[in-house]
Order: sequence, then structure tokens, then C-alpha cells
Amino acid sequence: MAKAKKSPSTRLATPSTSFVTIAGVRLEVRRLGRGKPLLMLSSEEMLEPDHAFVADLAGRFEIIIPSPPGFGRSERPDWITGVDDVSYLYLSLIEKLGLKAVTLVGFSLGGWIAAEMAVKDDARLARMMLVAPYGVKFGGVLDRDIADLWWLAPEKVAALKWYDPVNGHRDVAALSDDALTEIARNAESFARLCWEPFMHDPKLAHRLDRIAVPTTLVWGANDGILPPDYGRNYRKLIPGARLKIIQKAGHLPHLERPQAFLAHFQEFATRS
Amino acid sequence: MECWHFSEFPYPHFPADEPQSRINLPSKHFDPAIGADLYNRYLDEHCLADELGLNIMLNEHHQTPTCLNAAAPLSAAILARQTRNARICILGNPIAHRNDPIRIAEEMAMVDCISRGRLECGFVRGVPYEIFASNCNPAETVDRLWEGVDLVIRAWTTVDGPFNYEGRFWQRRSINVWPRPLQKPYPRIWITSSSDTEGVTRMAERGYVFAIFLQPWTTVKAMFDVYRSHFVERGLPGGGGMAYMPLVFTGDSEEDAEKGAAELRWYLTGARSPAHYRSPPGYLPLGAMTRMMRSAALPVGAQLRGRGLDALREEGILFYGTPDTMVKQIRAYYDKVGGFDHLLMMQQAGFMSHERTARSMTLFAKEVYPRIRDLAPTRATERAKVAAE
Repeated sequence: MAKAKKSPSTRLATPSTSFVTIAGVRLEVRRLGRGKPLLMLSSEEMLEPDHAFVADLAGRFEIIIPSPPGFGRSERPDWITGVDDVSYLYLSLIEKLGLKAVTLVGFSLGGWIAAEMAVKDDARLARMMLVAPYGVKFGGVLDRDIADLWWLAPEKVAALKWYDPVNGHRDVAALSDDALTEIARNAESFARLCWEPFMHDPKLAHRLDRIAVPTTLVWGANDGILPPDYGRNYRKLIPGARLKIIQKAGHLPHLERPQAFLAHFQEFATRS
Repeated sequence: MECWHFSEFPYPHFPADEPQSRINLPSKHFDPAIGADLYNRYLDEHCLADELGLNIMLNEHHQTPTCLNAAAPLSAAILARQTRNARICILGNPIAHRNDPIRIAEEMAMVDCISRGRLECGFVRGVPYEIFASNCNPAETVDRLWEGVDLVIRAWTTVDGPFNYEGRFWQRRSINVWPRPLQKPYPRIWITSSSDTEGVTRMAERGYVFAIFLQPWTTVKAMFDVYRSHFVERGLPGGGGMAYMPLVFTGDSEEDAEKGAAELRWYLTGARSPAHYRSPPGYLPLGAMTRMMRSAALPVGAQLRGRGLDALREEGILFYGTPDTMVKQIRAYYDKVGGFDHLLMMQQAGFMSHERTARSMTLFAKEVYPRIRDLAPTRATERAKVAAE
């Protein structure tokens, strides 16, 4: 708890990684920057923490990036079976770290987790940005709302996910065994959490109108995993939410068009 | 050595140029009239196995023309009535993929009663692409298998009225299975694995039979060694044993046998699925997954596809020859892998006709089986070894 008592202004700007135990689950938590608290929930591939746009935000925010159970170096006990479980852990994490007026930003899976948090308790949140979040099924039983990441061939998934699949290319040969193991573990944990119902919680659609915190949705115009219409439907369920579309970007618009993303973020952070 | 006849009930009459045969091949390619003939024919061949003194093995797969036996308990029930002496091994019930282990307990108990105690009850985790048919979470298949097996056994052996069960994957408020199996305390349990050494250790601990299919002999030996070393240390409660399944063709001449082997090889080339169906997230342990990402190595089955008949024989994937050479091959293989108990023989695959299949089965049963029966069950040998030490 010593860390929680430190005021943001005394924290070093250099990144640090520590472990925080919530409900018996040891969670990896990265922290960097100084300023108002920004809880950043990574996408399922955990591509965000080392990305340049995060460093840019670290000049203005104290950024806290937890790894979900089973991702990064966080534990995953068997009782953690869904995104709902993760949302409770993160609400407790906010309390344990003593954070208030939190800017909550979530990407893809992280966006879904953020939405699940906000419907439960948004008392410590100041604003929320959801970037291409999963979590809701809008269509009928025969509609596939969300492209099936596991049934489709990896090349097809990459083509749907990225405006330019080159942007998603990872040089596997250059990665260490540890890094590869972490990638495999992240993929496994993603499936554990989201396999069925496929990438959504049937309850969430009926709970989103509880969200009172100012919310902005951000979408890539070329997102083939969750088409922009999915974002439009999502927006309708969150009272007062706005939707920003980023051109020439796929499912991870903040990585493909970081400058456009940062411009939207700036407006979001100052406006709400 | 116990020998078992096996066929996957293939339906080979689908377009050869289809890139995928498993999971995604449209069912319009299934002609029910042909299917009706095939079902009856394959069941007849299992009846023939019984007449010839062979045992019977059955399995199931889903959404695939490579295996029409989509519900093995049904064919087991038919054969329970239509055969007289054969042991009937289901290998196995894909319990991780079925929503109700209690239903499996009922089905198996019925088959055991109807067959008057001839059931050998196998369970499998399911091959990776099965998850696309069942929707089972790939990361949970191992844990579901073991919880399911434990629940089935508890259901069979709890005889004093309903019990409550609230487990990780299944919950029931009142389990009281009728009927009970005929065999005491219950039919022998079999489980398959090709790489999970921890699972093999558990099988040995519990005295379950460990079975491995169509793997290079070095892999088979390594896995058998894990099982053996464990029961040498701890003893082997309840029997247990080890089983291996190759493709098997016994011919009238070497030339005839080679022709039959080529027909059986259909099994290695006809079952096609996209690479990513074979490694869904969480199905393989992290180490294996990491190695696969690193090397982009093809799984064993895919590697074997391109191999010639000689190489497949060398690896122990395919046993073929005249009765004399078959006896030599099997005895040499037995020694190479350190001994085992059950030879599970896929004696029919692809387009192989009934006549060819029946001839091979008959030659094996009459001229090979009597000359390999004496191969000792390994557990007895190992027990003797332990006793001597």
C-alpha cells in the first residue's frame, strides 16, 4: 500500500513494473509518467505498453497498465473464467492504488473490460475511452457480429484486423523464447476468457445504460473484426457517448494512426 | 498381446480437390444411400472381427467424412448385441466435448450390460479440430477430461442413492445412475495421449490403459517409458497396460500387401484440415506452442503424409506384409518400444473394399495373431522385475 500513498507528483517518469495482489491474484502492473491517473487496458495482444504513443501520453498522465490474469506476468487462477471477473479485479485495483478521477482507456479486449467496469461502478472514473471494444452481440442467432479470430486462418484475421497487415507483422525469429511464451500464453488466456459466448457477455448490452461517465468510442474505419456499424450500435447503448472514426485504420487504430488517435484523445481529455 | 480391429467408418466419396475434408466439407457431399451401405458394411466387418477372434475398437469424430462413426456409443450398442466374444473398446468417449458425463455413464453401463461385460471404456480429450465442432474451450479440454472421468466413475460406484455434485465444469443436484455396469467394480478405463506426459503419469497411477495412435516409434517408446517408469515405481493398481495403433494390412504376397498399404495410406492424406485447426489457443502446452511458432514445424501427421510406404513401415506407422513378415515386424516393434499389451489395428481406410479388408483381417487373425499372442503383457514383466529387485 506504500505506493498508493505516494502522490503522483513524486513518482518517477521512468517506467516501473510491480505486482499487486487483488483477491489473491498477483497482477503485473506497469506504471509510467506523471500527472492525472490514466488506467490503460491493453488489447489482447498486449501491444500497447511499449508503443510510442504511450510515451507521448506519459508527459501528461500517470499511466497505469495492468496485465489481465493470464496475460503478461499476471497469474490466472482457474476461477477467473470471463471478462466480468477481470472487471472486478480492476475496480479493486483502482481502490487499492487509491486512484480517483481516473481516465479509463481500453483497447479491444481492454475496451470490453473497461465497459464491464463502468457498468458496475464508475464512482472513481472521470471519463472513459473505448477503442473498438468487444463485449456485445447485436445481431440474431445466425449473424456473426464479430469476425471469428480462431476459426479463420491467421492470414485472413490479419487482413481483417489491420488496414495494412504489414503493420501487424511480428518477426517471430527475432523474439526470445520468453517473449514467444508470453505471446502463446496471452493467446491462450484470451481464448479462456472469450471463447464462449463468443467475444461477448449477453448481459452487457442490458447494462450499458448504467454508464454515467462521459464516454468516447473510437473506431478504425477499416476495422474488419468489428465493423464501424458495430461501434455505432455500441454508441447507442451508452448514454451520451460519442463515436470517433479514424480513417485508414483497422481494429487497432491507435497503433496504425497514433497521431490521429492522440488528437482524438486530446479532445476527449480536455472536453470531458 | 491382444489385437483389436478398428475402422473409422470413412466416407471417401468426396471431391478429391477439396482442400479441407474435416470440419468444413459441406454435407451435401454425403449421399445417405451410400452412407447406409457403408454403415452396414463397417458393422459387418466388426462382426467378422468377432468371428475371427479379434477384439473390436471404435472411435468417433465429428463434421468429417473421414469418420462416419459420429456417435460411437450407438455402434457399440449395436455390436454389443451382434457380437458374442469380442471385447468392445470405445476409444473413446470425447468427454471434454460432451455436455453431460452422466449421460455417458448411462450409455456405457447399458453397453456393458447388453454385451454381458465386454465393454472397455475409453475416454479421449479430443483431437484439436474437434473443438470447432463441439465449441469446447480448447484451453479447458484436459481439465474437463479428468473431471469428467472422475465423475463417471463416481456415478457408477455410488450405489446408495443420489449424491450431490458441484464441480468446476458440471453441477448436478441428484446423481443416481441406473443401470450400473456389469463388470466389477466397473469396466477398464482407457485414455489416449500423444505428448502429455503428466497425463500418462496419471493414467499409470490409476491403472488406466494408456493408448497412443500413429506416432513414430521413438515417440511411442518415449511415452511408454513414462508410463512404465511410473508403474515400476508405484505399482499398477487395477491392471492398466499400453496400447498402440498403427495402420495394418496383411496380404497374400508382399506385392499384395504393398498395394493394401497404399490403400490404407489414404487415412494420412485424406484427412485434411487447415494448419490453425490443429493448434487452437490453449490446446497445446505453452512449450509445444512456442516451439511450433518458432519452427513453424508441421505436426507429425502432416509430416507423415508425404512419406513413402517403406518410411512409414520403418516408423511403425504402417505395418504390412505377408503373415510371415507381419509376425517379424510386430515382434521387432514390440522389442523396439519395450513391449506393450494391445495392438489396435486400423485395418480399413479410404476406398479399401470389403473383400480386401475381410481378406486382410482373416489372414491376420488366422496366421499372424496366433504367432504373436505370446508377447507378454508388459506389466507382468515389470512387476516381476520389481519383485526381483
